[in-house]
Amino acid sequence: MNALPNEHRIHLAVLAFGLAAPFIFGAFTFQFTILWIMILFALTWDMMGGQMGYNSLGNIVFFGAGMYICAVVQVGLYYDVGLYTAPDSSISGASFTYQQYFTGLVLGLICAAIGCVLLAFVMSSFLFGLRGPYFAIGTLGIALSAGELMGAWEWVGAGSGIAMPVFPGGVEARSLMFYFIALGAAAATYWFVRWLYSTRYGLAINAIRDDEEKAEAMGVHTKRYKSITWSFSAFFLGISGGLFGNMTGFIEPLEVAFPTVTFGIFMVAMALLGGKGTIWGPVIGATLFHVIKEVTWTYLLGWQWVALGLLIVINVVFFQQGIMGWMQRKWPERFGIQVDASMRKGSERPSDRTSTP
Amino acid sequence: MNAALLDVKSVSKSFGGVQANQNVSMQVPEGRITGLIGPNGSGKTTLFNSIVGYHPIDGGSIRFEDREISKLRVQQIARLGLLRTFQQTRIYSKMDCVKNMLISVPHRNATFSDMFKPYPPDLTEKAEHLLEFVGLYQKRHLVSGDLSFGQQKLLEFAMALMNEPRVLLLDEPTAGINPTLINGLIDRLKLANTEFGITLFVIEHNMRVIMNLADSIYCLAHGELLAHGSPDEIQGDQRVIDAYLGAH
Repeated sequence: MNALPNEHRIHLAVLAFGLAAPFIFGAFTFQFTILWIMILFALTWDMMGGQMGYNSLGNIVFFGAGMYICAVVQVGLYYDVGLYTAPDSSISGASFTYQQYFTGLVLGLICAAIGCVLLAFVMSSFLFGLRGPYFAIGTLGIALSAGELMGAWEWVGAGSGIAMPVFPGGVEARSLMFYFIALGAAAATYWFVRWLYSTRYGLAINAIRDDEEKAEAMGVHTKRYKSITWSFSAFFLGISGGLFGNMTGFIEPLEVAFPTVTFGIFMVAMALLGGKGTIWGPVIGATLFHVIKEVTWTYLLGWQWVALGLLIVINVVFFQQGIMGWMQRKWPERFGIQVDASMRKGSERPSDRTSTP
Repeated sequence: MNAALLDVKSVSKSFGGVQANQNVSMQVPEGRITGLIGPNGSGKTTLFNSIVGYHPIDGGSIRFEDREISKLRVQQIARLGLLRTFQQTRIYSKMDCVKNMLISVPHRNATFSDMFKPYPPDLTEKAEHLLEFVGLYQKRHLVSGDLSFGQQKLLEFAMALMNEPRVLLLDEPTAGINPTLINGLIDRLKLANTEFGITLFVIEHNMRVIMNLADSIYCLAHGELLAHGSPDEIQGDQRVIDAYLGAH
């Protein structure tokens, strides 16, 4: 449905670029790492907002939770977390050996992913009673309060955060390692959603998006699908959080772990820009958004937020279907979408009804 | 006669001060077509909603295959094989017709791992066959939201058949359909009843349609059961005529 022509060639080209980028554009490795994380953000948000029609403004919770879980595991394996994070701690800058560091990192990322899945299940048990704008606001509330709650929790360092274990190697190796983990995570997310949308699962969540009441009336296990979709989304976001925490080297609740108004909103804006409900949309949207963001931060400093806000406004006012949505409408045949010739001429335009409740 | 497939007993439902259904009892026998008529606001759709579990009832009982279903949820009732279509046609408007059909397969025995399987080719065949049955085969790959209202109604009907229900509750199947197509639709409803063995329970405002279609008809007025009988009896019933013409 969302297939582009010659998709395999595009996959190969992107993959080749991904593998080569840090060696060709060495100065931008960090920026490219962030780009892969942004693509992961947009893809996971689109599972909920685009494919299932549940606009979550709180997906950032899993990013932050994954970050903290990962950090606690990494530190907790070798030190007492409470002592490590204490303000006058003598072990705060403790060094980790190669083996300690990598054991902690791998275990931390796994625990972050699993922990976020569990968290998503718990949250879905009460948040999926909400629909439409109420769901969006409900999730936003969770995200905002999560940051505040972590900021009050002494054991994980409260507002002063946690200094992450220091990478035991050189600067170059460090940035390359995080780059390839981010690339791998984004690629895994992409392949996962591609596969997922090709199964019955894809149709079921699309049905929930188009008309949840109808899906219920037809006996679809809507609740099951909704919880699991959120858990999938949380799984990958948890990994990205753990990764990002280690990249920045220092985590604290409001700016790094639960940045609701930056990353939390970016993931929505990127999916909308590229075209929600498509596979390529979030990828294209995230790339474009990230490039525009970096360019404005460099050349329009002082006005960068205005420029970004303007982009979002133009997107939602004049270009709601996003880039992929626009392309699908312009060249439907290339995407395997059939359009009734008589409809196109507008002879018998059916009422433009959408079934959003 | 053995017990009815769907047995509604003294069901009452009120919304605030409005008594939408009061002490309504009716029986839908297996393998037959039962009609439900009544003036606007007489509580027909409310009764349908009560049956399929859309809202809890205030009193009475609803039994399906000798099982009390008035406490079950919408999805559970649908999975038992009691399916309804909507007065305001509801389809998955951004998906094409075949996909609308595929997602409508019965979910009765859907297991966890079924969620991640692709659809077998014979299901697509079945979907296309049913689309042909309702006359939408040519449009099967069109996005369903682009179909005309009448075509969407036909699609919704085909989706219901795909679900292989035991009882199908149809809420005004011919409303908004081009009069020249209505005869075709009546034929298809009858075929669904005879060929697929689906028991039908139909709300309909078009008297010609319901008199043609139903084996027996219930008439509601002001939330209460007014009359019950064969189409001929109903047509001659003075109370029914009064209710429609407002002779209260």
